[in-house]
Amino acid sequence: MGKIASSRTKNSSGIMDWFNHRLPVTQFYKDHLSEYYAPKNFNFWYFFGSLALLVLVNQILTGIWLTMHYKPDAAQAFGMVEYIMRDVPWGWLIRYLHTTGASAFFIVIYLHMFRGLLYGSYKKPRELIWVFGMIIYLALMAEAFMGYVLPWGNMSYWGAKVITQLFAAVPWVGDALVEWVRGDYLISDATLNRFFALHVIALPLVIVVLVVLHIAALHTVGSNNPEGIDIKKHKDENGVPKDGIPFHPYYTVKDIFGVGMFLLIFLFIVFVKPDMGGLFLEHDNYVPADPSSTPDHIKPVWYFTPFYAMLRAVPDMQLGALIMALAIVVLFFLPWLDRSPVKSIRYRRWPYKLMLSLFAISFVVLGWLGMQSGSVLQKMTAQILTGFYFFYFVWLFFYSRNETYHEVPERIEK
Amino acid sequence: MNIPHYSYDFFKLKAKIHVVSAVSFITLGVNSMTDNVNKSRRNLLIGTSAVGAIGAGFAAVPFIKSWLPSERAKAAGSPVKTDISKIEPGQMINVLWRGQPVFIVNRTDKQMSVLDSLEDKLKDPDDETSIQPDYIDDKYRAKRENLLVVIGICTHLGCSPKYYPDLVAQSFDSEWQGGFYCPCHNSRFDISGRVYKGSPASRNLDIPPYTFLDDNIIEIGTDGGTA
Repeated sequence: MGKIASSRTKNSSGIMDWFNHRLPVTQFYKDHLSEYYAPKNFNFWYFFGSLALLVLVNQILTGIWLTMHYKPDAAQAFGMVEYIMRDVPWGWLIRYLHTTGASAFFIVIYLHMFRGLLYGSYKKPRELIWVFGMIIYLALMAEAFMGYVLPWGNMSYWGAKVITQLFAAVPWVGDALVEWVRGDYLISDATLNRFFALHVIALPLVIVVLVVLHIAALHTVGSNNPEGIDIKKHKDENGVPKDGIPFHPYYTVKDIFGVGMFLLIFLFIVFVKPDMGGLFLEHDNYVPADPSSTPDHIKPVWYFTPFYAMLRAVPDMQLGALIMALAIVVLFFLPWLDRSPVKSIRYRRWPYKLMLSLFAISFVVLGWLGMQSGSVLQKMTAQILTGFYFFYFVWLFFYSRNETYHEVPERIEK
Repeated sequence: MNIPHYSYDFFKLKAKIHVVSAVSFITLGVNSMTDNVNKSRRNLLIGTSAVGAIGAGFAAVPFIKSWLPSERAKAAGSPVKTDISKIEPGQMINVLWRGQPVFIVNRTDKQMSVLDSLEDKLKDPDDETSIQPDYIDDKYRAKRENLLVVIGICTHLGCSPKYYPDLVAQSFDSEWQGGFYCPCHNSRFDISGRVYKGSPASRNLDIPPYTFLDDNIIEIGTDGGTA
């Protein structure tokens, strides 16, 4: 009797109670937002995680709308994109949001990854977050590549040809593998069709699941911060980290500011310079796919060019493909290559600062080289920088073992 | 003499049990740490999982195989005929066969005269790794000396190389001797489609099977033997 009466008195929260007994909605909200304690000293580098999420939502939303007007048919695809641009109401905006979103995704992700390098966010206990992030990066590259094929321009066609041909580098089964991936002896309607299927459903599903795992792993161990100090060491009597603040409202509000700044730049590009002078949308892709004529200067979109420069730098097909693959694989092992107990660059000495700067610069210069036609001098530069790219990791492995560093404080100041 | 290595076998058996129990723990939630294991139930579980795994393997076959070229794609690869009488000396025509460009070049004597001098600069002057019909020779790589027929696909990553016929300095090679240059990754080929050292491509340009039906008509894709 008393039980019934008491449950009636809590009528105000009755609806939430009804849900919470069936699904822990309130608990979920607390665990991940209102009582998820993040370090109080996040700086602007910490915008890029939530911005990546924003761009993902943008890609999914605009992507769904694009599929409503597009046909993955080699005879029609190029025309369908023109149709979206010219005839579909607001089609131009939806497509430009999607194409600019692709480049924005990689800008945000590269900055997000560099944040990890700066502050040692990949280090114990956050190795798994880094590994999931790397898999997302891989899936994103596949997603972007296949999306780039769909407009069926001449660069789409030859880009698809070059990238699928990379599978030929696999020993013994290479050529059969290429045929299997293409579904034909050449890049054809069959290829376009399967890339469409992978681009609009298979890979997005994979990416969304991986993002959930990435965030779940993050919320298990808690966020790192620019000081690289573990805030869980000092908790108050309620078990709340003394240097932590609840994600909501503090960081949701901060992130909204970040979103505002991001949209300012993003939408400026969408409205004013959506092709970014051939960087985001390449000029050769405004010509329909032509199997008998390669564009004079074939190159991938900017976000692949660092790896493309490595591929080109090696005068052997199999070795070049291997080097390119290794350049990505080595990143997976970063948490175990960097053996320094100090996380943040703020407490590491000049050799690390210098080498990380050179590493970042060489990656950017490789990206630039990957866009150039490739003179002898450029090829040599690419070879040197590719060598340095790998040297950095070898150096890091040995240097970080006995690294001297500044003492890391116990608590975050201020 | 065949003495069984008991210790070794024992170790292997133990390792096997660990793997199996780990798998069954993950898939079925069976805790192998409990002392009183019902062995017949355990075996049933393991057997069922194994059969299930094999079944899943078989079920994957149609999904993987459906990516192979369809019957329609296979049928599309029929031979093509073309007229070669109108190709001027030094000129190249581009014919599509199986969706890939086939280059037919009417080479000049000047272009062919340098072939001997290039051998040191080539990766594979003797066509050891080339993909070409048996009746193709090393140097001219052609049935009719002056008429080069090659698949216009770079053996590196499948771009279509450009034809640079003149023996003049180019931005990519100051001592250019005429031939093909791939703009994608700077692979260079001589006028017989043989790849230069220092190119990312490792193999000479492929040569398709072809037949001369008469003086003027060539058929690409059929193998008429030596004509």
